[in-house]
Amino acid sequence: MFEYAPAPESRALVTFQSSYGHFIGGKFTKPSNTYQTISPSTEQVLAEISTAGAKEVDQAVKAARTAYEKVWSKLSGAERGKYLYRIARIIQERARELAIAETLNNGKPIKETRDADIPLVAAWFFYYAGWADKLDYAGFGQNPKAHGVAAQVIPWNFPLMMLAWKIAPALAAGNTVVLKPAETTPLTALMFAEICQQAGLPDGVVNIITGFGATGADLIAHKDVNKVAFTGSTAVGRLIAKQVAGTNKKVTLELGGKAANIVFDDAPLDQAVEGIINGIFFNQGHVCCAGSRLLVQESIQDELLKKLKRRMETLKLGDPLDKNTDIGAINSKAQLEKITKLVKLGVKEGGEAWAPNCDMPKKGFWYAPTVITGVAATNTVAREEIFGPVLSVLTFRTPAEAVAKANNTPFGLSAGIWTEKGSRILKVADQLNAGVIWANTFNQFDPASPFGGFKESGYGREGGRHGLLAYLKGDN
Amino acid sequence: MPKNEPVAIVGGKITNLSLRRWLHSLPGVDKVGLESRAASLGTRSIKTASKAWALDAAIKMMDLTTLEGMDTPDRVRSLCLKALTPDPTDPDCPRPAAICVYGDMVSVAKQTLGNSGIYVAAVATAFPSGRASVAVKLQDTKDAVKAGADEIDMVIDRGAFLSGNYMEVYKQIQAVKNACTRADGTKAHLKVILETGELQTYDNIRRASYLAMLAGGDFIKTSTGKVTVNATLPITLLMLQAVRDWYDQTGVLIGVKPAGGIRTAKDAIKYLVVVKEVAGERWLTPDLFRFGASSLLNDVLMQRQKLKTGNYSGPDYVTVD
Repeated sequence: MFEYAPAPESRALVTFQSSYGHFIGGKFTKPSNTYQTISPSTEQVLAEISTAGAKEVDQAVKAARTAYEKVWSKLSGAERGKYLYRIARIIQERARELAIAETLNNGKPIKETRDADIPLVAAWFFYYAGWADKLDYAGFGQNPKAHGVAAQVIPWNFPLMMLAWKIAPALAAGNTVVLKPAETTPLTALMFAEICQQAGLPDGVVNIITGFGATGADLIAHKDVNKVAFTGSTAVGRLIAKQVAGTNKKVTLELGGKAANIVFDDAPLDQAVEGIINGIFFNQGHVCCAGSRLLVQESIQDELLKKLKRRMETLKLGDPLDKNTDIGAINSKAQLEKITKLVKLGVKEGGEAWAPNCDMPKKGFWYAPTVITGVAATNTVAREEIFGPVLSVLTFRTPAEAVAKANNTPFGLSAGIWTEKGSRILKVADQLNAGVIWANTFNQFDPASPFGGFKESGYGREGGRHGLLAYLKGDN
Repeated sequence: MPKNEPVAIVGGKITNLSLRRWLHSLPGVDKVGLESRAASLGTRSIKTASKAWALDAAIKMMDLTTLEGMDTPDRVRSLCLKALTPDPTDPDCPRPAAICVYGDMVSVAKQTLGNSGIYVAAVATAFPSGRASVAVKLQDTKDAVKAGADEIDMVIDRGAFLSGNYMEVYKQIQAVKNACTRADGTKAHLKVILETGELQTYDNIRRASYLAMLAGGDFIKTSTGKVTVNATLPITLLMLQAVRDWYDQTGVLIGVKPAGGIRTAKDAIKYLVVVKEVAGERWLTPDLFRFGASSLLNDVLMQRQKLKTGNYSGPDYVTVD
């Protein structure tokens, strides 16, 4: 009857170069040691990407050091702010192009890159541009100093947004940076390098090098790096913490999560369903703060799950460039295999998996939105981060049990509370061991709001005034 | 006892107290969440074949309305003729579901529309304020039904609702429903206008929806079109959730009619998206979803022409009713 006709965003608005070198000292190097980056929804090759070895890493750090000493540290905050504002404006002007590029390289729906990722990227630069000449008022004393060169390694789930979270505060605080995007999603970072050129940013203030885990390890290990910022898996975060132990490098780590989304029996149910959907299926669940553990009060479990499953049946999975797509592609084959394996394990351990009927595209990497019910606290899917569109459902009887179960995880990044009772929101939030807590909503981000975790979810905060702390001396 | 009996639904004898307990036990509505869901459905991109389907559906689901103090027999006749031939250049153009007029214009509308299949809906019960005695409201309804109205659009007593007198609202709806009975025993279709702009909170709107469904309304309708805030996408979404959940609980299908303020084809399509994704495709029929609108038709006709010819013709190429 009322089937939505295809409404694809135009692929033609984006032109990638056939191959990319690294962006070092304001210029692109000649492509070398290349690998192919693909679109995970079609497996089509988008471009050839260079792999940086120790030599290129060293060149990039040297360029950043030179830029720091000769140019960037000598500019006033107001001057630095001007460049950041300029970058923010160019991002807004090129928003459509960037959204399409991100969707192509990452696999996430254009609806999300258009309405969430890219607007937040611009917002982050605007926000920190405003801080650049007001550091005296950030609460760290008069005239706080930058660290120097920041080494930044980011994940593939929000490629350009993670770049913005890293680069905007670093530059505002007066550092220069070497950033390595994830190997599967380097394209928008390389487009950002072009934006730095377009903005006339002094050479070497931002350097982008591409490659795999080894490149990231080389970068973090480089002796002339003053500050390390990493967002990614807890396993890699642990390696980094070991690697920098005993050095003078400052570190912030934003790692995994296994957030509890707690729904009490007096919750606004229809909106809670939306919050659960948004919490776990936004960005195919490739979100470190995803609400991957639904903790529902047992007395409303049946009603809530019925509503949730009906809502899941309306989710549209398919071509990420289609403006009506809700669920895009899984970012890589490796990630798809990991998700598949964990769900199988969860079912073997007693969970019951359910997914709506989805037409899966033939090419590319896809996983249907899935809910696993009957999950006990001992089940692997209740404990390990799946990083995919998979929701584990657990029940509780009392607020105290909800809090105990929510906190019973090595992670502590985020949590959600759903209740119409304001006092309960405050009390439960106070007891939850998570860096970010949403009440009657989920997955809301704002540059003015600090973000970060407890326990194995990492340390340090990004965003807001707190996000500046990581890039200024006199922290701790 | 059948599960659609009010006593079964409320769980006991219908009194003001039992109604209050039942209505206040419904889950609350989170304003921010509801509005963001509506906004997100509003970004659906409806193109080509689906757009053509939606434009035709919007016409078929339309209650073409004139509710003015200055309504005359000729004005009503001309609107009826417009409904019979919405687009003289296109014989395939569908017709609206109904013409919606004041009670005293029912006979004129009935005469003009004949047995075309287009219904005549009459507003009744001291529309739009509803501030009259029950006797007057019932007589208003009976007059319209006697004059041949196929559908009655009644208003609830918002004063009674807001003062917590749910029993009064419930009884009035039931009485009007009875007054819809024709001489031959059949009944005019009853739409219950909640006047959501006066109920103000989403919790109130959800409660009033349930109360109207319990009392036997065939449709729940947002607004009279006579107050500052009329139909909105979030309100309609909320009412669609109510009819969907009501069907789950009772097996009874209730319709939804947003009215007032829907002026463009683009808006109408957003509403149809919400119907599809919230209540489901089953509700995408004039039997279960209507638009109450006066100026919407011409914009839909213009969009329809544009889709057919590829050119945007402009307002002089659709007839002014």
